[in-house]
Amino acid sequence: MGARERFLKLVLVGHVDHGKSSVIGRLLYDTGSLPQGAVDKVRRIAVETGKRFEFAYLLDAFEEEQKQGITIDTTRLRFHTAKRGYVIIDAPGHKEFLKNMISGAADADAAFLVVDAARGVEEQSRRHASMLSLLGIRQVCVIANKMDLVDYAEDAYLKVKEDMEAFLETLGLRSGACIPLSALEGVNVLGGSDKLPWYGGRSLIETLDALPGAPDFEQSVLRLPVQDVYKFDTRRIIAGRLESGLLRVGDLVAVYPGGRRTRVASMPLWPDEGKTEAVAGESIGITVADEFFNRRGEVIGHASDPPPVTRVFRASLFWMGKRPLIRGRDYKLKIATQAVPVRVRDILRVVDAARIDAVSAGAAHTGAVHAGAAHIGAVHAGAARPETGVNDAAGVEMNDVAEVIIAAREPLALDLFSVCRATGRFVLVDGYDVAGGGIVTGIESEADGFCFFVRGEMKVSCDLFEEYFYSLDEQAVNKRSARAAVYAVGNLIPLKGESFSYPEFFDIVSLPDDAAIRIRSGRVAEILPLAAYGYEGLPLVNGRGFALRVRSSEDWRRCLGDYSPNAGEDADFAAKWLDFSAYRSIPFTKGNWEI
Amino acid sequence: MDYLDALEAHSIYILREAYNRLGKLGMLWSIGKDSTVMLWLAKKAFFGHCPFPLVHVDTTFKIPSMISYRDKTAAELGLDLIVHVNREAIEAGLGPESGRLKCCAALKTEALQQVVRLHAFEGLIVGVRRDEEGSRSKERVFSERNAHDEWDYAHQAPEFWDQFKTEFPKGHHIRVHPLLQWTEIDIWRYIGREKIPVIDLYFSRDGERYRSLGCLPCTGRIQSSAATVEEIIAELEHTTVSERAGRAQDREDAYAMQKLRKAGYM
Ligand SMILES: Nc1nc2c(ncn2[C@@H]2O[C@H](COP(=O)(O)OP(=O)(O)OP(=O)(O)O)[C@@H](O)[C@H]2O)c(=O)[nH]1
Repeated sequence: MGARERFLKLVLVGHVDHGKSSVIGRLLYDTGSLPQGAVDKVRRIAVETGKRFEFAYLLDAFEEEQKQGITIDTTRLRFHTAKRGYVIIDAPGHKEFLKNMISGAADADAAFLVVDAARGVEEQSRRHASMLSLLGIRQVCVIANKMDLVDYAEDAYLKVKEDMEAFLETLGLRSGACIPLSALEGVNVLGGSDKLPWYGGRSLIETLDALPGAPDFEQSVLRLPVQDVYKFDTRRIIAGRLESGLLRVGDLVAVYPGGRRTRVASMPLWPDEGKTEAVAGESIGITVADEFFNRRGEVIGHASDPPPVTRVFRASLFWMGKRPLIRGRDYKLKIATQAVPVRVRDILRVVDAARIDAVSAGAAHTGAVHAGAAHIGAVHAGAARPETGVNDAAGVEMNDVAEVIIAAREPLALDLFSVCRATGRFVLVDGYDVAGGGIVTGIESEADGFCFFVRGEMKVSCDLFEEYFYSLDEQAVNKRSARAAVYAVGNLIPLKGESFSYPEFFDIVSLPDDAAIRIRSGRVAEILPLAAYGYEGLPLVNGRGFALRVRSSEDWRRCLGDYSPNAGEDADFAAKWLDFSAYRSIPFTKGNWEI
Repeated sequence: MDYLDALEAHSIYILREAYNRLGKLGMLWSIGKDSTVMLWLAKKAFFGHCPFPLVHVDTTFKIPSMISYRDKTAAELGLDLIVHVNREAIEAGLGPESGRLKCCAALKTEALQQVVRLHAFEGLIVGVRRDEEGSRSKERVFSERNAHDEWDYAHQAPEFWDQFKTEFPKGHHIRVHPLLQWTEIDIWRYIGREKIPVIDLYFSRDGERYRSLGCLPCTGRIQSSAATVEEIIAELEHTTVSERAGRAQDREDAYAMQKLRKAGYM
């Protein structure tokens, strides 16, 4: 391999003890990638500890790891095949060490999910797969390991393959290959084996070498997050890593969130000089024509392709904190070089990433109108713990995945993860600890301060998510408007706020807007004109979230009859048909941090 | 960008994060190839400047020409160099005869603790690499040390997407590892490409050279005819002997290095 080529980063993940470290150890051993002495050392340890020789010890360097036979922390090693170089990352499989698994997997180009063929798909197999999807790792292969324990039987292999592929599909991932293997006996690591006559696919090494090369750094929109501003000498240098795009001296740029424009005057460099162009991935410095105040956290872009600037955004996140993520609690958000205080405004959906599987996801909603394939990030409509209805959760537990709305104290320049990875992913810091990570899946507009349901030309305003409270300071009932948002078919809506709690299945009928919205599994399933709407026996609420006292189609007909577009929902109509307290309450409050 | 460019860019990013996010910084400088590359990267990161002092923990048992090279280089480059010796230990007679681990603990680990306290460093930049030995392979780029300088390796903070540990209680410090992802051969390829001057102990004389530099009594030379950077690279492309084979600490027992490092060793 040439010295110039970048390495392909591979991570091995999977349930504890399914053999990740062993597969890597065996791979290194069989390809002669180990330094002299490494194998001897492992032999010595086997003798000292009275255990059998374990390939895993080559990676599990900590005493505790070897004595307990598990990987605690991630590590990475280089190795080469005839074709190219790899960085191979070992990640722990034990649930307790998920944060270490994520630390290892987060920057991988491709992932191998190791499954013990004798035991089949287990809790962490699924959890890890969900994490891969959230980390944005698209290339995933499955290894059915320990084939020796099942006498190299094809049906054990097929079971792993089918189970894992079905699960990956629910995450929007496709398995690139499923490789039967025995790390212990070294079967199908380098080449094929007569123990697997039924298998016509590639060996592990052949699969690695067939993967596409390390992807180019992002070449699309220009994003240069400001890391620091230096004034060591007469120059005022803005330093940062070009995360995406191409930058040239002379370029007209704008600095976000402010949006002030200036021109790139030079690109200082040491010890050489004369740099005029930078590509994504480079850590650079620039001087600009206008010496206005710059600070860390700003994002430099082209005015033609600006990053969205917002305080409120939608995200999919995973939580690793010792204490749960709580709606309304203060966290520090770090996204690229920005760090700001935030709160989680809404927890739209919590998913126990290990419990979702194709079966329960499908079964939970048979018969219900389903939003279909609309999924945001990795999280599925059918994927929540159906039995507990977790979308009214006030918190997210360790190792769970959630879809949330985050509100920041200050405006942020960020991107959808699908547009730019580096400015579209973030971590949440709780106290001293990085406790969660996630990706930006939507920008919530906060400009007009209204909520809408939108389908094509149809735009239905609603006040469903306004908060009512009784202020003990002011001795009065107050309302706090919801952050502005636009909900389309397939989007989740916040079912639970501080002063409201809607069921998972209900209909919103907005008589003034002449429209109805069907909510199924907490998602917008349909937006339609009233003329096309038929009562289906589910609870009804009006546009403010007040229940309509409608129990039958007959009720519904009479209710429509009582409504006059001129008078609107007047006092008589309200007294007869509306029930404030069905889904709403008026909690007490003392001043609140307004978002 | 080739892979050396990518490594360089990442290391520069790490150094700049440390400089921006942490309080008082010091960079360990052991005169060896890794420290030398690290200093070079710092000057790239900060456009010809090195905005923090270099720290040399001198055991007084170093290979003598390391010390003369150190003083000469520091003077030439105008470096802000802090040399620290654990005087009490030396006066109490500690040395290699006291036992290797005991000696390392006093003259390196303890000395390092002293210098961190003395200068109230909040960040200590250290040029360790994952490929050096097992416990280093498990390190983080920003690795927290508690008030007793201990490394709680069983409970390391998560670290991903280059969002590093920059929140920690007062009295703790962060070991910053800008070279963590580099390997020995990367270091030499980079030295060759950038034409960085290094101490001549690495180059073969009389059929032997040092592959790793440390204290005279505990560091051996390897058989080698590699007398130039290019020859060293060629040699490393074919060797299967590990870099620290000449270092005695690693051989004491299987977990010697882990124990040393838990207590604060670099
Ligand atoms: N029979 C058999 N045993 C295997 C095979 N691969 C691994 N093992 C054994 O399975 C056990 C666990 O292997 P590890 O490699 O430590 O598993 P791991 O997935 O890395 O475990 P964690 O990292 O702790 O999650 C060890 O005792 C291995 O010897 C295999 O192909 N066949």
